[in-house]
Amino acid sequence: MPAPTQLFFPLIRNCELSRIYGTACYCHHKHLCCSSPYISQSRLRYTPHPAYATFCRPKENWWQYTQGRRYASTPQKFYLTPPQVNSILKANEYSFKVPEFDGKNVSSILGFDSNQLPANAPIEDRRSAATCLQTRGMLLGVFDGHAGCACSQAVSERLFYYIAVSLLPHETLLEIENAVESGRALLPILQWHKHPNDYFSKEASKLYFNSLRTYWQELIDLNTGESTDIDVKEALINAFKRLDNDISLEAQVGDPNSFLNYLVLRVAFSGATACVAHVDGVDLHVANTGDSRAMLGVQEEDGSWSAVTLSNDHNAQNERELERLKLEHPKNEAKSVVKQDRLLGLLMPFRAFGDVKFKWSIDLQKRVIESGPDQLNDNEYTKFIPPNYHTPPYLTAEPEVTYHRLRPQDKFLVLATDGLWETMHRQDVVRIVGEYLTGMHHQQPIAVGGYKVTLGQMHGLLTERRAKMSSVFEDQNAATHLIRHAVGNNEFGTVDHERLSKMLSLPEELARMYRDDITIIVVQFNSHVVGAYQNQE
Amino acid sequence: TDIMFYRLLSIARRRRTSPGWQNWSSARNNTSTAEAQSITLPAQAQVVICGGGIMGTSVAYHLSKMGWTDIVLLEQGRLAAGSTRFCAGILSTARQLTIEQKMADYSNRLYHQLEQETGIQTGYIRTGSIFLAQTQDRLISLKRINSSLNVTGIPSEIISPKKVAELYPLLNVHDLVGAMHVPEDAVVSSADVALALASAASQNGVQIYDRTTILHIMVKKGQVTGVETDKGQIECQYFVNCAGQWAYELGLSNEEPVSIPLHACEHFYLLTRPLETPLQSNTPTIVDADGRIYIRNWQGGILSGGFEKNPKPIFTEGKNQLEIQNLQEDWDHFEPLLSSLLRRMPELETLEIMKLVNCPETFTPDMRCIMGESPVVQGYFVLAGMNSAGLSFGGGAGKYLAEWMVHGYPSENVWDLDLKRFGALQSSRTFLRHRVMEVMPLIYDLKVPRWDFQTGRQLRTSPLYDRLDAQGARWMEKHGFERPKYFVPPDKDLLALEQSKTFYKPDWFDIVEAEVKCCKEAVCVIDMSSFTKFEITSTGDQALEILQYLFSNDLDVPVGHIVHTGMLNEGGGYENDCSIARLSKRSFFMISPTDQQVHCWAWLKKHMPKDNNLLLEDVTWKYTALNLIGPRAVDVLSELSYAPMTPDHFPTLFCKEMSVGYANGIRVMSMTHTGEPGFMLYIPIEYALHVYNEVMNVGQKYGIRNAGYYALRSLRIEKFFAFWGQDLNTLTTPLECGRESWVKLEKGMDFIGREALLQQKQDGVYKRFTMFILDDHDTDLDLWPWWGEPIFRNGQYVGKTTSSAYSYTLERHVCLGFVHNFSEDSGEEEVVTTDFINRGEYEIDIAGHRFQAKAKLYPVTSLFAHKRRKDDVELSDLHGK
Repeated sequence: MPAPTQLFFPLIRNCELSRIYGTACYCHHKHLCCSSPYISQSRLRYTPHPAYATFCRPKENWWQYTQGRRYASTPQKFYLTPPQVNSILKANEYSFKVPEFDGKNVSSILGFDSNQLPANAPIEDRRSAATCLQTRGMLLGVFDGHAGCACSQAVSERLFYYIAVSLLPHETLLEIENAVESGRALLPILQWHKHPNDYFSKEASKLYFNSLRTYWQELIDLNTGESTDIDVKEALINAFKRLDNDISLEAQVGDPNSFLNYLVLRVAFSGATACVAHVDGVDLHVANTGDSRAMLGVQEEDGSWSAVTLSNDHNAQNERELERLKLEHPKNEAKSVVKQDRLLGLLMPFRAFGDVKFKWSIDLQKRVIESGPDQLNDNEYTKFIPPNYHTPPYLTAEPEVTYHRLRPQDKFLVLATDGLWETMHRQDVVRIVGEYLTGMHHQQPIAVGGYKVTLGQMHGLLTERRAKMSSVFEDQNAATHLIRHAVGNNEFGTVDHERLSKMLSLPEELARMYRDDITIIVVQFNSHVVGAYQNQE
Repeated sequence: TDIMFYRLLSIARRRRTSPGWQNWSSARNNTSTAEAQSITLPAQAQVVICGGGIMGTSVAYHLSKMGWTDIVLLEQGRLAAGSTRFCAGILSTARQLTIEQKMADYSNRLYHQLEQETGIQTGYIRTGSIFLAQTQDRLISLKRINSSLNVTGIPSEIISPKKVAELYPLLNVHDLVGAMHVPEDAVVSSADVALALASAASQNGVQIYDRTTILHIMVKKGQVTGVETDKGQIECQYFVNCAGQWAYELGLSNEEPVSIPLHACEHFYLLTRPLETPLQSNTPTIVDADGRIYIRNWQGGILSGGFEKNPKPIFTEGKNQLEIQNLQEDWDHFEPLLSSLLRRMPELETLEIMKLVNCPETFTPDMRCIMGESPVVQGYFVLAGMNSAGLSFGGGAGKYLAEWMVHGYPSENVWDLDLKRFGALQSSRTFLRHRVMEVMPLIYDLKVPRWDFQTGRQLRTSPLYDRLDAQGARWMEKHGFERPKYFVPPDKDLLALEQSKTFYKPDWFDIVEAEVKCCKEAVCVIDMSSFTKFEITSTGDQALEILQYLFSNDLDVPVGHIVHTGMLNEGGGYENDCSIARLSKRSFFMISPTDQQVHCWAWLKKHMPKDNNLLLEDVTWKYTALNLIGPRAVDVLSELSYAPMTPDHFPTLFCKEMSVGYANGIRVMSMTHTGEPGFMLYIPIEYALHVYNEVMNVGQKYGIRNAGYYALRSLRIEKFFAFWGQDLNTLTTPLECGRESWVKLEKGMDFIGREALLQQKQDGVYKRFTMFILDDHDTDLDLWPWWGEPIFRNGQYVGKTTSSAYSYTLERHVCLGFVHNFSEDSGEEEVVTTDFINRGEYEIDIAGHRFQAKAKLYPVTSLFAHKRRKDDVELSDLHGK
């Protein structure tokens, strides 16, 4: 079946379908492949693994179901109106502006725009942003989940606390621990900047807190008392590793509360990549685990835009990652450890949180599953042991940390999950955001110069530009603007409403064929402040 | 000095004669900087002026004409090189305020003869200007200005679209409903005007130095002592800040900062090549305010700019530049104005563009310019913030400021422009940035009566703000303080109310009527916390002694009495009009209008002896003031205090500290600022909510309701109560408004202004505060009076109204204003007698339509009869209000 005809399908929101598809089956096309032979695979940039595909096929054949629908109703073109398109695109948008004091913003960050567009139902991407209250700096991150959203959700609400704690000086840790001990009010550590849809799981809050407390208690014990400068890079690496370790431990230990017990297992058996930026003055650290990406938008002297990548993808396209994996496992596994560009032929990212199936020994996996709740036991996916699984762990959550010292020409940072990067070239991403943020001025300011221009000609030109500009400024959010381009761009690189409308009206169960979850954070830097830092030295 | 000046001038001339606009900026490099640097500044001068633009040179010119010649003028760049150089060169006299019209008219006459006086070409050409109206409302607004111009002596007339086409054939007039023609308006090269003024000043002895930057002003004991420049110090007594858009920064650079609230916005105008048939140099200037543009002829082509809806504020962080460099041209930003221009003059389509000029203009928080002396530093004068009318105001404003410095006060009432109308509270950069973005478009917006600024609000609020807001309060702002206008009942349509912008009967009419009625028949409560409140205390009799000298009424009254009194200047004019309560033998509580906070403080500080035993304190923020107006106020208060409040126990104009509800120490005063019975409660702010709640609870059975300032205004105007800042100013005396009984002339005590008043009493007054009741005015159908309407007596112009309101009791409009007696032969002012007032037929001119009016020198007595006749009682009186 040729895929494009599916675009003309009426928008179906079939509750039953989404229930089956969303919960009963751990079918997630993103990183763990699952494919039915009916599906056009042109958009899925990986080859399915037949054995794996069979067990994770939906219990009911939803494809036939929709085909049935198709014959029942006459195919018709279904378009969303521009306001409908906008309401879909803007549903998850969020903006934060760093508050000004007396007309001045002294932070190196002006603010950020973020947004996400689901393809999976429910969406598996997560995002987080928070200001560190006990140290300086702001944390921003995108998290791409696979095999469900449990892991990405847990990482999105926990990781920043681990990072913040890792950054805290010894005295502050002591103060917090003493406050807990004596039942006094705690110092706040993070100021979250959250969209109302970005939730925290209330039920696990106590469990998560206890794990975090154990972490800082260990940090306190490790410290000899002499104050040493905290290294941000080290702190980030420690935080990532520690959280992944806690996720793994919590699943092994279990919880007497059956809901929590199931939750910690789901967290551990699903996975998530993370790309986190820490900005403090001109010091920008990016910690990346997996294949999300951090891209710096740099404005050259002539006003043009160029992209500087601040993270390396941890996947088969990265030679050094391939090298690392081969070195970490015996020679005889050299061929099986990465097959068809996937870890053990299954997983696209080579680093991730959770995914204990790629970390635990077979014994441990079996033991946990057997003692676990029935839901876990019934699930084919969790029981399945990856092929050629000889020398675990195959997967790590350890991030690669890059450091960049901000310069006045560094105007913004784009953090995005691979849903964006697979549809758009990084250069286009940076150009579109750059032009959006600066309006039309730097794109092509009109100057009369020495030319002969009449008022009428100028008027015609300006009216044309205004029409173009009004489409640009439909969005008040750079991330929304980027998603509009990512989803709606035609071959000429301009947003095509018809295309946008078709892509957004795809039925939930089809959307994933044509696009992935997209999550974007665009952080805008304050060039004045960055410049002032530079001048100080 | 002369040699120095002519060197500057010759450079400027060279620039001027260079072929085109675009070459101006490149010509500057010809001067040798070394030469400039070798010049040493004088060690001292009487006056140092900062800024060589049109303001600085005008002040220097006028000071030197008035005999002050020991003056140094410093310019950081070159003379007339800032905004002055880029100014569009339009002199327009059609202004909103009378004082602004007078300044512009004076400038026009000054510039007209300047070439003859100085020999310097100024490019002055009398072109006239035409103000277009696309809507009836705009035409009304023009007609109001037209009436005002005519009585100020500036020729102007309302003309038809057809006449517009005759005067200016290139204009598209199809969408016009009318226009105003001001034939004597002119165009002139503002830079050359500044150079001519500088030249004349220089010949009078003023020393001018360019490329000299003032770093800060030296102040000792609140007095200017000198300036520190990049080329050394100059000692001086007076400093004049004419630094234009940098005036704010310069003001802040002092140790004791001088707050000069202004902010720059980018301003764009277009220059074209000449038309095929070049425009005549006397082609009129067009102002198409509905299209947001102005158009003047320029070297055979046109110069056209405007005031767009979405201004671009600039230099918020105070980025300083030696001269305004060519800022970026922003054609996309200019597009709406260009469209507007081509709609007005379609034939320009084929006209070739020469340049889009971007020249920042400076705006102030209330669209009025800023002049006068700093309230914190004596000898520190300011003239800046011209809201893009610098050329039009330059001559007149310079003259008034020079008079101010030489004589201590200007010859006209300039309170609307006085720096002291602002305080430090308007100096936040964020506030200024937000506010000027509203002010700049307002220049061409339709100015309807009673508009309020929308930005920079909710800065100062009463503790009851949220309570009142929840009950439907609609707010206006005075000196940063939110005050309720009226309360929208829950069943009223709110959307319609937001659009109550009209020159006719406003839609809150019924709402205010209900509030006024409640004040007359039951009791209303108005939050009047914004009033300025000072306390003056001393250890001995110092407080009484100094107050007796500073205030015109006798303050040696028994403790607990309240005195209405003026705070007069040497000329006998009102610097402030206030109520003073004697709290104890040695302490006084003073209540003044809200916008007096800075001015009155500065005046008292200036005149009070430095005495540690004499304490002046601003307690405005300490008290919430509730005004209980109405016949039942007495019942509410006595129930809340268990104290008898009848006139026997609590006479009028009496003040007592008592408890209200649980709260003790409430200052209760038997006055309402309206002439109605009732009480003002001055409540320490922590009790405000409690007292308000108690008053509202107990008041329920007496029909209490909230009311706002519109009701208050209607009540006080129908009672012929004058308010300072609206009716009274520094040039009006108590004798001129029938308040002789409030002055201690006969008591043999000296006080400021006594001499002038005695003289006036002997000579008679030259103007008289009068109340007018409009006779043939249809409230529903006719245009409403506002203020500033010309008053005619027997067909002759005699003055303007100062305030007006609809009296719900008289069911007529009431206007207040001053009547003069201009001699029919010479135009000289003559004495105004009671007889003169009474024996005249009066008319009030509202936008060109004259309404008959009855003049009264005393309030209508029937308004004071509060007793309700028995047979008037009806069932509805039993309803809660």
